[in-house]
Amino acid sequence: MTSKYNNVYLKTVSTVAGPLEKEGPLGELFDRTNFDYYFGKDTFEQAEMSMLSNSINILLQKASFTEKDIDLFISGDLMNQVTTSSYTAAKYDIPFLGIYNACASMVEGLIIGSSMIQNKFAKNCICSSTSHNLSAEKQYRNPIEYGAPRAKTTTYTVTGSGSALLSGEASKIKVESSTIGKVKDYGITNVFNMGAVMAPGAADVIARHLNDTKRKPEYYDLILTGDLGKYGKEILRELIKEQYAVKLGDNYNDSATMIYDLENQPVFAGGSGPACLPLVAYSYVIPKMLSGELKKVLLVATGALMSPTMINQKLSIPTVAHAISLEVVK
Amino acid sequence: MEKTRYEKLVLKYMPKEDSVKNCIVAFLVGGLVGVIGELLINFYSFVLDIPKDESGPYMIVTLVFLACFATALGYFDTLVAKAKAGLIIPITGFAHSMTSAALDYRKEGLVTGIGSNIFKLAGNVILYGVVSAYFFGLIRFIIFGG
Repeated sequence: MTSKYNNVYLKTVSTVAGPLEKEGPLGELFDRTNFDYYFGKDTFEQAEMSMLSNSINILLQKASFTEKDIDLFISGDLMNQVTTSSYTAAKYDIPFLGIYNACASMVEGLIIGSSMIQNKFAKNCICSSTSHNLSAEKQYRNPIEYGAPRAKTTTYTVTGSGSALLSGEASKIKVESSTIGKVKDYGITNVFNMGAVMAPGAADVIARHLNDTKRKPEYYDLILTGDLGKYGKEILRELIKEQYAVKLGDNYNDSATMIYDLENQPVFAGGSGPACLPLVAYSYVIPKMLSGELKKVLLVATGALMSPTMINQKLSIPTVAHAISLEVVK
Repeated sequence: MEKTRYEKLVLKYMPKEDSVKNCIVAFLVGGLVGVIGELLINFYSFVLDIPKDESGPYMIVTLVFLACFATALGYFDTLVAKAKAGLIIPITGFAHSMTSAALDYRKEGLVTGIGSNIFKLAGNVILYGVVSAYFFGLIRFIIFGG
């Protein structure tokens, strides 16, 4: 399902990140970072909520808006019951849609927001996605202080929150088109190799997007996937070539390998989580678009729809990826 | 793409784990924990003049305390991640799992938080430890008469 838009614009973005991201290669580019994982709160779950409100407040400030100017707030995160987004939305007087597509939430939010604006149901919409390494570890895996050994293919959930303000009012970057992903399950049961789980979803949505828009991969200055990681990246290159006859060139990159310094930070195969793609896209890619260095970018958020219960019941992990195309207005 | 073909593709880009190195490290660290245990028993028996059959429990309490303390201070997880089975298998692993689980839920109440979750990882050990003890005891009784 590919849609084209002609009156949806990305007005501004904001990024908030944690200590490990602050020490990474993009550390200086985030709007706000914190020296520890608590963000001044008592628990990590509440810290995650604090990151999201910071992200929204900074966004409103940058746009010189107040919450009265916002018609819709769409937000997703990794917590059960989408707690982070719901509890944070309670602090704002803005109509709220909570969403969950794991690490694909960012683009899912942007697609829903864009559709609302395209149809003139909303004029200004905030789309956010958030994750916190420690609250995610506690919920999905082991207690935080438990030193469980990890495989080399493991990715590290990013601590951060990225928000975007979509608007019907023209600005420098427009949302050009999007493709909604289909859920794929290629039989991977290994929770430590999310790259292998998610590559098929990314391959399908990229191939379908290019096919529906009648474009070649070279059309885009950058095709950026969310969090396939060091090894998942290579799996995607080979999978998309073999199954869909699409050759990804040097214009392809993956956020997981950009948010951290894989050589010097203890992150194994790279970053992951709903905040991985927004932190990289909003802090690094958007400025490059504003300066004209990149003109056409395809953001592909990849999500592993993993359920710990289903893993225990020996089912394999399904995945979905969504794609959205941003272009600099001429 | 068929499942088997994709599995092959995934394996092609799978880095090799350092299994041999991990085994050697676990062996040495685990052995070292055993050595420390013996030294503690000797210390309690000969230096503090505690009867030999009591110094065993004292040694266990000491090791458990050290593991819990180091976990609470935040250092033990780094050591366990490096030593792996070497620190997980001895009593230090059991203590570490309970302390780390309790730390996670310290803000969620004594009953609903700590009480409900402290045995999250250790529960397995207790259950299968008791069950296997039962069966081995049964085998010992049948074969050796008790």
